[in-house]
Amino acid sequence: MTVSGRRRVAVTGVGVVSCCGIGNDAFFAGLSAAAPLGEHRVHDFDPSPWFDVKQARRADRFQQFSVASAQMALDDAGDLGVDPARAGVIFGTGVGGLETLQQQITVLVEKGPRRVSPFLVPMIMGNAGAAAISMRFGWRGPCETVVTACAAGTQSIGNAARLIQSGRCDAVMTGGAEAAMAGIGIAAFTNMTALSSSGVSRPFDRRRDGFVIAEGGAALLLEELDRAVDRGAHIYAEVLGSASTADAHHITAPAPGGAGALACMELALEDARVTAADVAHVNAHGTSTPLNDLAEAEALEKLFGTPGPVITSIKGVTGHSLGAAGAIEAACCALTIDRRMIPPTIGLEELDPEMHLDVVTGSARQLPPGVVLSNSFGFGGHNGCLVLAPSGFSSSAAGN
Amino acid sequence: MDNEAAFDKFKSCAVEVLQVPAEKITLEAKFTDDLEADSLEVVELVMALEEAFDITVEESELDGVDTIGQAFDLVTSKIG
Repeated sequence: MTVSGRRRVAVTGVGVVSCCGIGNDAFFAGLSAAAPLGEHRVHDFDPSPWFDVKQARRADRFQQFSVASAQMALDDAGDLGVDPARAGVIFGTGVGGLETLQQQITVLVEKGPRRVSPFLVPMIMGNAGAAAISMRFGWRGPCETVVTACAAGTQSIGNAARLIQSGRCDAVMTGGAEAAMAGIGIAAFTNMTALSSSGVSRPFDRRRDGFVIAEGGAALLLEELDRAVDRGAHIYAEVLGSASTADAHHITAPAPGGAGALACMELALEDARVTAADVAHVNAHGTSTPLNDLAEAEALEKLFGTPGPVITSIKGVTGHSLGAAGAIEAACCALTIDRRMIPPTIGLEELDPEMHLDVVTGSARQLPPGVVLSNSFGFGGHNGCLVLAPSGFSSSAAGN
Repeated sequence: MDNEAAFDKFKSCAVEVLQVPAEKITLEAKFTDDLEADSLEVVELVMALEEAFDITVEESELDGVDTIGQAFDLVTSKIG
């Protein structure tokens, strides 16, 4: 318990399904390696460790990623001994079961309405991942899904942390998953000119030309700090705070000058009871689109000055997995803090001359002391920021 | 189609949809107790049977159909 009366939140389990690796070690090593060539699918994902054949047929790929990452995070956390009524699930997605929807629309057109699967609704609904996790673990606390496009993963984790801070839950499985690489999804993103025409993700690079669509999922097991300490759990990091804001500007373009991103980062630091001077590192949204990266860079420069804290965007390797992205990046932040290494921004060769940031390139860099900020911004103008820190971090600001 | 051939076809649909071993598909087997099939899975099985046997089964006809034998009788009554 802090002096503010708010309970503290520990990250005690991490699970990742990503195109650069499945499982924490493979994922973190993959972040410093060359980006996968071609489509950023999780090519080697096999649902069989988590689903029997019948279950797998009735679970859309995004739900499979949700469950797989959550089970890995739970296994990683060890024996929780938590009251199921005080254990929750907050798990995000951008669009839910798009692949199943596309497939069943084809059935509808080719074979008629009588052949549409009776499992369509429970497979495509955005909350299918969260529901499957709660049923698998038998957890009966709040079980909800945040659907805020590319901010969904980050906002899910922020909301989950609040459930622990407020005393409602002792443990929450949180994160996000996405599997929207069906033909209809790729065509739609292509036609809105969001995707990179070169097929290369280059966050903050002068030649960046759009994002590279990806899929995946990541889960964090959040736990009330004192009970995590009491049971001798490994604590990756603490979630100090978060913020959620809206640009109220445009359905796809960020607010000019990164105003929305700036406001959200400021609120997140305030919520975490830290100052801009405490921030050692920012895991940026950094999608590699011309507009996003410029707006985010402007916001970072306004908040921190130049060159400011050490910045990285892992999307150079992972691509942009939409509603899973913030969760995968939060998992990266937990591992970054635990291993004290910041993965590089793969794909960045020449920093955009309009930006004056200290971006990690080439190989991983040691994490300086301080807190870590993770940003996510979604279509619709949704902004989400998370503040994580090594356990026991103490702000340099007075009164903390 | 003789009865044996029809049941073989029925059985392959049930194995595919319900993901159970073929030997569990007996006339006495109950969907919920023996085959762990919930109501949506029975609907999915009926859809597969409709396609395999080129028949139409109305939802109301499924009332009281709890076993493989009852479902098979329903199918054979349609194919004559």
